Amino acid sequence: MRILVCVKQVLNLDDEFEMRGDGLDVDRDYCDRDLNEWDDYALEEALRIRERAGGDIEVVAATVGPEEAAAELRKCLAKGADRGVRVWDECLQDGDGMMIAHVLAAIVRREKPELVLTGVQGADHGEAQTGVALAALLGWPWAAVVRALELGADAGEALVRRELEGGLEECIRIRCPAVLTIQVGINTPRYASLRGITQAAGKPVDTPAFGELAIDGAAIAAARASRVRRMYVPPRPSPSMIEGDAAEQAAALAALIREIRGGPR
Amino acid sequence: MSAILLIAEHRRNAVRPVTLELVSAALAVRGELGARVEVAIIGAQPDALAPALGLEGVDELLLVPAPTGEFQPECYATVAQALIAARRPRLVLIPHSVDGISYAPAVAATGGHGYASDVSALRCVGGAIVATRSAYREKVRVELDFPGRRTVVLTVRPGSFPAAGRAGGVPVTTLAPAGGPLNSEHRGYIEPEPGGDVDVSAAEFLVAVGRGIGDRETTEEVSKLAERMGATLACSRPIVDAGWLPKSRQIGQSGRTATNCKLYLALGISGAVQHLAGMKHVETVIAVNKDPDAAIFSVAKFGVVGDVAELVAELRALYP
Repeated sequence: MRILVCVKQVLNLDDEFEMRGDGLDVDRDYCDRDLNEWDDYALEEALRIRERAGGDIEVVAATVGPEEAAAELRKCLAKGADRGVRVWDECLQDGDGMMIAHVLAAIVRREKPELVLTGVQGADHGEAQTGVALAALLGWPWAAVVRALELGADAGEALVRRELEGGLEECIRIRCPAVLTIQVGINTPRYASLRGITQAAGKPVDTPAFGELAIDGAAIAAARASRVRRMYVPPRPSPSMIEGDAAEQAAALAALIREIRGGPR
Repeated sequence: MSAILLIAEHRRNAVRPVTLELVSAALAVRGELGARVEVAIIGAQPDALAPALGLEGVDELLLVPAPTGEFQPECYATVAQALIAARRPRLVLIPHSVDGISYAPAVAATGGHGYASDVSALRCVGGAIVATRSAYREKVRVELDFPGRRTVVLTVRPGSFPAAGRAGGVPVTTLAPAGGPLNSEHRGYIEPEPGGDVDVSAAEFLVAVGRGIGDRETTEEVSKLAERMGATLACSRPIVDAGWLPKSRQIGQSGRTATNCKLYLALGISGAVQHLAGMKHVETVIAVNKDPDAAIFSVAKFGVVGDVAELVAELRALYP
């Protein structure tokens, strides 16, 4: 059995950031890169399924991203994924989630996994779009915002708990192969061990070109579902700031709370 | 005449309030699009929900009987596709809720429609739909348009538009039932765990900790501090996920709402939109965070930029 985990390298803005010259995105020089937190939980869930099964499951981490995104695949390999797949083409520069979903669909068709896991959303844009769009493009069953997952003995179905609003959860039974989008908190992701990091260097990362995946670049470009007109820093209502060192701030805060709540001075 | 199609959200036989906000979102662009506003209700007994959706600005209610009363994403996606094909709407509005994000991307992907999620503002520019959403942890806004797309599907952020008012006499049309084999089935709900003697929704003064609190020990320090201050301890989601506090303490979309709160002291909470959903209405929010650009400051009346653990230590000295 094979589980494909779709992961993304996300950008975290530094405290001081600037917009890109064309005003359509942030300047990438002012960003840290990291493995998307939600995808980290998805990977962990795949690794746990493999460990519970006691082997015979291959965990493949896939990403659609440029060379620098290979760092996140290495993290996945260091945590225990068996191999990686990274696909990139210049036409994906400034692409949207729908284009990414089309590329991931081609990866799934080639890898033929029995289960696809990915995060509910990306920490950078929070679109919560790619996993469900991927399932629809594949014509596979899917469930979103999964908070617990139990795979049936023959992997033909899964019992899943979805996290709804207000602490409510929904139990569903779903046929597999399926795409499940994983919510943070479903598990506690592991850290890579030193041994894992060493081993990751020897694990294969495949980088097929569009042609090898039978992807037509023009079709991917045509899949774009939105276009950025403008990105900007919104004016913020700024609070009254309490200045000083920690002791002064604490004293001012305590006085403020007394004033609001009443009570002895 | 063109149309704006809204898909109603309901759970356990009740319309979810965000549906009423979709109507106001539609009204923001109805005039310029020259569109009728149609609300589809998909469910086992959609007629039972129709009275709750007789809303000002709605031109027609479309009832679509479905094999199950509970949400099923394939069913919703298929019905939405069929309605788009039949009614050719310019705009389809779906809540950016757990259920909404469970099928809206499928509708857009399958139909090749324009798509944007978590939209908080909407307008028309020269007849074209322009949607605004946030990115990079609420630090920037993004304006999107959808060139070459006749139909645009948007998920709308809850709380971004006012709820539409009631109106009588909205025409109701019953459509052909949804069918088709479904690949997943509802097996029941699990209720939120009870909070024991703690009810964060009822508390007037909440001291809430988030990821920036750093560790379990500091969380415990804040617990003592809250007790000494006469406050109730609450938290954001990462604290629950880390196992430092029980779920019953969580404020936010997947937790509780700070319904009665008058004063909210947020310690190390960055202000993810899911957390803000549960507390941004509170009259006085005091935010403490090391990042001066943290989104929590946008809802705060007072702010402290600094090391949270250090500040907690100083406060503990003042509330021994």
